[in-house]
Amino acid sequence: MAQNQIKNMTLNFGPQHPAAHGVLRMVLEMDGEIVDRADPHIGLLHRGTEKLIEHKTYQQATPYFDRLDYVAPQNQEHAFVLAAEKLLGIEVPERAQYIRVLYCEIGRILNHILNITSYAMDVGAMTPMLWAFEDREHLMEFCERVCGARMHMNYFRVGGVARDMPEGLAEDILAWSERFPQMIDDMETLLTNNRIFKQRTVDIAVVSEAEALDWGFTGPNLRASGVAWDLRKSQPYDAYDKMDFDIPVGKYGDCYDRYLVRILEMRESLKIIRQAINEMPEGPVITEDRKVASPPRAEMKSSMEQLIHHFKLMSEGMHVPAGETYTAVEAPKGEFAVFLVSDGTNKPYRCKIRAPGFAHLQAMDFMCKGHMLADAVAVIGSIDIVFGEIDR
Amino acid sequence: MDPALEELKEIVIAALGESVLDTSESRGELSVQVKRDDIERVLTYLRDNVNCQFKQLVDLCGVDYPEREERFEVVYNLLSMSHNRRIRIKVRTAGQPVPSIVGVFSTAGWFERECWDLYGVPFEGNPDLRRILTDYGFQGHPLRKDFPLTGFVEMRYDDEKKRVVYEPVKMTQEFRSFDFLSPWEGQPPVLPGDEKAEQAAQDGNGEGS
Repeated sequence: MAQNQIKNMTLNFGPQHPAAHGVLRMVLEMDGEIVDRADPHIGLLHRGTEKLIEHKTYQQATPYFDRLDYVAPQNQEHAFVLAAEKLLGIEVPERAQYIRVLYCEIGRILNHILNITSYAMDVGAMTPMLWAFEDREHLMEFCERVCGARMHMNYFRVGGVARDMPEGLAEDILAWSERFPQMIDDMETLLTNNRIFKQRTVDIAVVSEAEALDWGFTGPNLRASGVAWDLRKSQPYDAYDKMDFDIPVGKYGDCYDRYLVRILEMRESLKIIRQAINEMPEGPVITEDRKVASPPRAEMKSSMEQLIHHFKLMSEGMHVPAGETYTAVEAPKGEFAVFLVSDGTNKPYRCKIRAPGFAHLQAMDFMCKGHMLADAVAVIGSIDIVFGEIDR
Repeated sequence: MDPALEELKEIVIAALGESVLDTSESRGELSVQVKRDDIERVLTYLRDNVNCQFKQLVDLCGVDYPEREERFEVVYNLLSMSHNRRIRIKVRTAGQPVPSIVGVFSTAGWFERECWDLYGVPFEGNPDLRRILTDYGFQGHPLRKDFPLTGFVEMRYDDEKKRVVYEPVKMTQEFRSFDFLSPWEGQPPVLPGDEKAEQAAQDGNGEGS
């Protein structure tokens, strides 16, 4: 009897697949229903951000950072302005630091809501998305009230933030932060002990501590593997050193732990939001250095010198002293960093963007190996990828 | 200089002295330039040594300096969680292959692919050195300083051929790059050509004439 040779099947996953979280194309080599090799093809959303930034002034570069991880734009801007501030060696007013921390945490919750709910939908639970998106909408309203844009805020500036918070906004955010824990509880009743959800996620794609470090994991994915590492604690920037919060850490490093870490992180973020609002000092929100930040409108109308400053900043932009810095922030997805090289002119010489998702997606191959095809979807959901930042 | 950085610098120089070409420290960040062929040994030492413990390669990227003899710089940013420190390792190349460090840090694989894609720096020993960010069939290395911002080809859907076609870039208006640098502020401290005068003076001293 002739023997039948069984050949592995190659399967194209995406880029038009709803569980691909954007434009992921993955070439899967399947042995039956078992994934033998996963080869993610990225770059379908590549817009040449780094090249464009090299041709723009520092202020013109900030909006590009909104469009990287478009789920939590604040945190990206934060990394860039911190890097530029480091090169310039300027101090940021305390109120601006608090506002930035406040909005970064709002960004973190925005991101985690989207990730957890869409992840749940990928593995079969529809309701969390329908419920939690209302709160995302509230958060985006807070963004809109402070800067005029729901998503692409372009709110952070080198030296501070664009404008002060309008009256009444802080109280509304505080009121929302009292309401939101109820929503997290509701979401947890739907997911945390849900049998189907646990069957799909527990023990799927277990990543040990050593593997997580080797593959460059950061953020919640690293913490789920048991490494208590958070840049907000260990290398605090802005007002984070004055905040009191805990770092949730997972134990097994499977998909379920990654989900739990994110849920707990949202609760910690709420703590930070409350502290930031309650302890926020009065004062200016942007540096007084006129070579960096443009003067207030009123001064411009009466002072020739301020008008010149404004004109120079809006046309030529600021000059950043030559040097280089690697500045990282704890973005919702992990360590988001900017490696900024300045040559002393008004444009960055090189601005490398270190996106956490890039390293996470690379690990798909070793995480999916030996799992079923359906688990690949759970893995993609659990590592929290957004293509804006991976493809840049 | 921060004492912790000073200590780290001494450790690195003591252990890897023959590989280190240059060290610099600015704004609390230590950066070490090493010999290209020794990169794998240097990173292995930094990862495994008890006093370094740089267990994570957080970033690898290229930088292009066309005016240098070895124009490309490959920058490795490492993070040590147990010591809460960062270090930056650099190697230079003029296009010669850089030894791949996939064996030291698995995460380097894609970062090296990206560097190859955007700068054309080859990495010897990388098992999968394909393009990663640019389009299938892309030509050139877009982040090089001599690559134009607008690129060379543009893409559109051709309704007659019923497929996507590539054509040379057509611009209705020339790409405008404004020179904002004011003649008295934006100039680099050394004017182009000035170094020749210095060179001549030095040569003169050396010969004693």
